[in-house]
Amino acid sequence: MTPTLIVAAVVALYPATTTIYRSFTNDTFGGTADWVGLHNYATLLHDTAFWSSVWITIEFTAITVVVEAVLGMILALTLHNSFVSRGIMRALLLVPFAIINVISASIWKLMFNQGYGVFNDLLVDKLHLTDTPVDFFATRTSALMSVSVIDVWKTTPFVALLLLAGLQTVPADILEAAQVDGAGPVRRFFSITLPLLRPALLVALVFRTLDALRVFDVFYVLFGARSDTTTMSIYIEQNIVDFGKAGYGSAISVVTMLLIAVFVTIYVGLIARSSK
Amino acid sequence: MTNTLSREIPAVTGRTRPSARSRRRRTPAARVRRVLLYLLVVTIAVFLIFPVYWAAKTALSQDQEIYATPAAYVPHHFTFQHFNNALSDPRFMRSIVNSLIVGGSVTVISVFLGAFAAYALGRFNFRGRSATRYLILAMSIFPNIAILGSLYKLLTVTHLYNTLPALIATYLIFILPFTVWTLASFFQQLPKELEEAASIDGASAMQTFWRVMMPLAAPGLAATSILAVIAAWNEYLFALSFESDSSNWTVPVMISNIGAQSSAYTIPWGDEMAASLIVMVPVIALVLVLQRRIVAGLTGGSVKE
Repeated sequence: MTPTLIVAAVVALYPATTTIYRSFTNDTFGGTADWVGLHNYATLLHDTAFWSSVWITIEFTAITVVVEAVLGMILALTLHNSFVSRGIMRALLLVPFAIINVISASIWKLMFNQGYGVFNDLLVDKLHLTDTPVDFFATRTSALMSVSVIDVWKTTPFVALLLLAGLQTVPADILEAAQVDGAGPVRRFFSITLPLLRPALLVALVFRTLDALRVFDVFYVLFGARSDTTTMSIYIEQNIVDFGKAGYGSAISVVTMLLIAVFVTIYVGLIARSSK
Repeated sequence: MTNTLSREIPAVTGRTRPSARSRRRRTPAARVRRVLLYLLVVTIAVFLIFPVYWAAKTALSQDQEIYATPAAYVPHHFTFQHFNNALSDPRFMRSIVNSLIVGGSVTVISVFLGAFAAYALGRFNFRGRSATRYLILAMSIFPNIAILGSLYKLLTVTHLYNTLPALIATYLIFILPFTVWTLASFFQQLPKELEEAASIDGASAMQTFWRVMMPLAAPGLAATSILAVIAAWNEYLFALSFESDSSNWTVPVMISNIGAQSSAYTIPWGDEMAASLIVMVPVIALVLVLQRRIVAGLTGGSVKE
């Protein structure tokens, strides 16, 4: 117990504190690093590339978390109600989870390809919805949507698995009783299932939100260093690894931590309120 | 509202349930609903599996078919050329070995250290237990990116930069807390009587841990290990930032480079998909074999509390 905690504390807390300290310096990994106070943070305020990275990260998080919660719920309810295929379906849910991010991003990049991708084949040659192939990565918005689809594919199963486990704790007799009393399926869902699922749903939302806020792999594989799709994580990586701006990169890191802390606080508040 | 319902209804449900169900089965509306449900299930299955199918189809197709429009949905001329290319690429094989070394070391270290902590957290009541648990959870979801700069500096100072131990050490930061969190929920589910019986028979705390609890927790340890291996296998940011020589690349860095090393117009998709399948299929197989345990590991700490 104690050795593990000590290892964990040294390994995790030391880098976190030095990150905060370094954010007040002009460290460039070179030699000396001078204390510059809030200079890095003042620069951040006027750095349009930084604000662009904040916004795309928040938009990505909002889109994917909402879609994944709704789709995950539909998936969980469907699988909970199907009789034959539950085992097979649960196995299938684990398939996207078992594929590493870089690989799933590559597969989807191939499928999204403008020239020979399968989605354009469906749109142009099979369904005849358009005549010219769509460039799914053309604009910032379409790129964001495409990335979100990949994230939804990759992680909705995780949300569904959490909710499925939660659904098993909803007593069937209560639902049947409500049905006898004349409550329709929609009413039963909102009055019984959803309130009882709330803890599982909140846990899923916390995990997904924190994961989405630090997104790196999928954006990086699809778009590399493209400026309008640079997320906060990519911007930090560029500053620290590519430009060697340790001080400035650390300041962005601290802002990321604060942003995540804000979301955690909101969720903790929600959890506390729901358990009252 | 739910409370009042459950208190009033039990007597009624017993009588209405069989008739309600048999009636539901016979109506045409119910049959339609059943068909719709299965359609939905099939749609979900296709959605989940199609990208994997497409990767396999691409890896097995000849180049002119991969880049052809309209697309072929099944390969007309099978070829194993792309698999040969991937398997005969020494850098790709090297990256698999590197990933196995890193993933294996991280998993062994974190399961070994984590088991003790998880046992304490899962079995003993002590002051600050739940605070410690949440601290550990917080550490496992702490953003890696926030400590990138500090780790980079630390690794340079210790001359670990551009070595495999650099990845082993840094992966422990997020995999160890995760292991503790998951294992704790497995230990918690074991019956208390076993420890009492062992202690009555004169076993010490350590003997109880090694001879009684560890064998019983074996399935949980297996599932946790797989999840830890996947997490290490999956990691991209640190591997990309801390390894400059291609001889130290792990699988994700290698695969993302197959596409990047050539011009944008001729990404060797066949080779890239073949390489992806080679590393993807064993993991999927392992996950499917251990699926029950893995689902328990993924959902255990979150739902039961």
